[in-house]
Amino acid sequence: MDTIFIQRTDIGRWLDRLAEERTVFAPTRRDGAVVYRPYRTGFVLELDAMPTTSPKEIVFPQNETLLTYSRAGNASGGAPKVEARETLPEQKAVIFGARPCGVNGLGVFDQVFDNDKTRDAYYTARRKDTRIITFACDRPRSTCFCTNVGGGPGDAAGSDVMLYPLGDGFVAEAVTTGGKAMLSLATGAPAGDREVAAKALVETAREAMPEPLELARIRENFDKCFNDMEFWEEQSGKCLSCGACAYLCPSCHCFNITDEGTESEGKRLRSWDNCMSYTFTAEASGHNPRAAKAMRLRNRVGHKFVYFPETHEGEVACRGCGRCIVSCPSSVDIRQIAKAIQEYCDDDK
Amino acid sequence: MTTNNPLMPLMATIVETVRETANIKTFRVRLDDEAAMRDFTFLPGQVGQLSLFGVGESTFVINSSPTRMDYLQFSILKTGEVTAALHRLKTGDRIGVRAPLGNWFPVELLKGKDILFVGGGIGMAPLRTLLIYMLDNRNDFGKITLLYGGRSPGDMAFQEDLKEWAARQDMDMVLTIDNPADGWAHEVGLIPNVLKEMKPTPENCIAVTCGPPIMIKFTVMALQELGFPDESIITTLERRMKCGVGLCGRCNIGGKYVCVDGPVFSWAELKDLPQEL
Repeated sequence: MDTIFIQRTDIGRWLDRLAEERTVFAPTRRDGAVVYRPYRTGFVLELDAMPTTSPKEIVFPQNETLLTYSRAGNASGGAPKVEARETLPEQKAVIFGARPCGVNGLGVFDQVFDNDKTRDAYYTARRKDTRIITFACDRPRSTCFCTNVGGGPGDAAGSDVMLYPLGDGFVAEAVTTGGKAMLSLATGAPAGDREVAAKALVETAREAMPEPLELARIRENFDKCFNDMEFWEEQSGKCLSCGACAYLCPSCHCFNITDEGTESEGKRLRSWDNCMSYTFTAEASGHNPRAAKAMRLRNRVGHKFVYFPETHEGEVACRGCGRCIVSCPSSVDIRQIAKAIQEYCDDDK
Repeated sequence: MTTNNPLMPLMATIVETVRETANIKTFRVRLDDEAAMRDFTFLPGQVGQLSLFGVGESTFVINSSPTRMDYLQFSILKTGEVTAALHRLKTGDRIGVRAPLGNWFPVELLKGKDILFVGGGIGMAPLRTLLIYMLDNRNDFGKITLLYGGRSPGDMAFQEDLKEWAARQDMDMVLTIDNPADGWAHEVGLIPNVLKEMKPTPENCIAVTCGPPIMIKFTVMALQELGFPDESIITTLERRMKCGVGLCGRCNIGGKYVCVDGPVFSWAELKDLPQEL
């Protein structure tokens, strides 16, 4: 059966069975934040709140080892022997309780990290065997705007199973063959009329979303306002350059590479980085092409709404999840910036 | 790359070092895997990432020519932590190499053209690879002129090359330093000013320039003043890079990444990009 109704009380049993085969990452509450953690029996699930973090961390960890190295002295007095060893990950995973915006964010990762020109060996090793069980949203937050950027509260793209919340359970729909196999491990009843009722709730959520942004106009006006530093200083005035927006964003994928260890042994790490940091583009010579905060915010917004669409058939790299708005310590709102660009008028300047 | 993992370096050994100036050192390296070294191909302008494990990686142009494959040459200006550590290496030491990366000079388009090279400081390195390539395929190109400048006589790198090029009849070379110095028998003055005095003709000529950002900016202005169209001005850009393969997001200029769409750009391409050089 492709669509069933699963009682909330039966979810734990389903995850227990999934966890026999794969590492199941599920949302739970830690220090007030909702984060994905490996599921074990007895784990306290957080099924209703929007996760604070995005599921990107499961296929693209905050930091990971790219290689290990060692340098051993040469007994004959010659140059030391140096070796570097590749450390590719192995992971069979299920992301349980991703939201459509988070899954859409992985779509950006797929385009960047796994394309005809470049395949990131670490990302693709995790991604190829990661399955996704998505929660459709029936209650958008005030900061949600996924429908503005091509998504939606019931968007099933990229998911293996969709769960639509309804009362004391979920209508569960298999989207892929892998999803069907996972669903066969769940205890459920025929969905019947509940499928229509659950999808109607999601449709109501869609209708409650804000007025769409005019993406084409944002792209057109970005060029016009690019050199208006007064405009960008106003937009970036409150920003602290802390980078929380980038770390929580489901599609931000910039990283740093650093070595950690001693001269004789250690590892090379890849860690999340963020484009709001001064050091992101500071060159060793002292030159920094984006030395000012306003220039960095301009690049960040430009990348989301202009640069990425230019190279990816118009697709916007912002997924409208609102995580950057919710967690910004100084209330910078990317929607307001996008709107300001949209309404930027040369005649008034 | 000979590995499927673009972030995994190949091991290489330094076979020779040359002290160019007080802060520029040249390293000649061979990949340890002889088959990989034999099969290694690149085009002038492509770059590589050099790894010193425990310190880090940095990007440098391969400034040897593909016409001379005894070794891969990298010339390194000491400016930061990685370059300072690389400067301490000597013959026989082993490093990691990820190469070739990035695009290259449009060699086919340059055939039959006069070529004007304008290099400043360590910016001579990417020009060196193309210049040697052209000298080794001399009949494919028209008149070759090099204008190379450094702050002082002691800042002029590639002395062995300069001697060889000065002796050649099939190219012209002008050297300059910023301020007068004892024993200096060449030009004195900033590169863009000397360039304007040289009055190169833009007809059927391509200018290839590289140097510090400020030098590139004023050299391009001088070339435009001399009548060079933007399509006939080629430069290579630097950016802080980490991955070198278009993933880490660090080196973008608008929708382009310097590590994969560059480092070689024509001025016509660059002027259409966001002005964040």
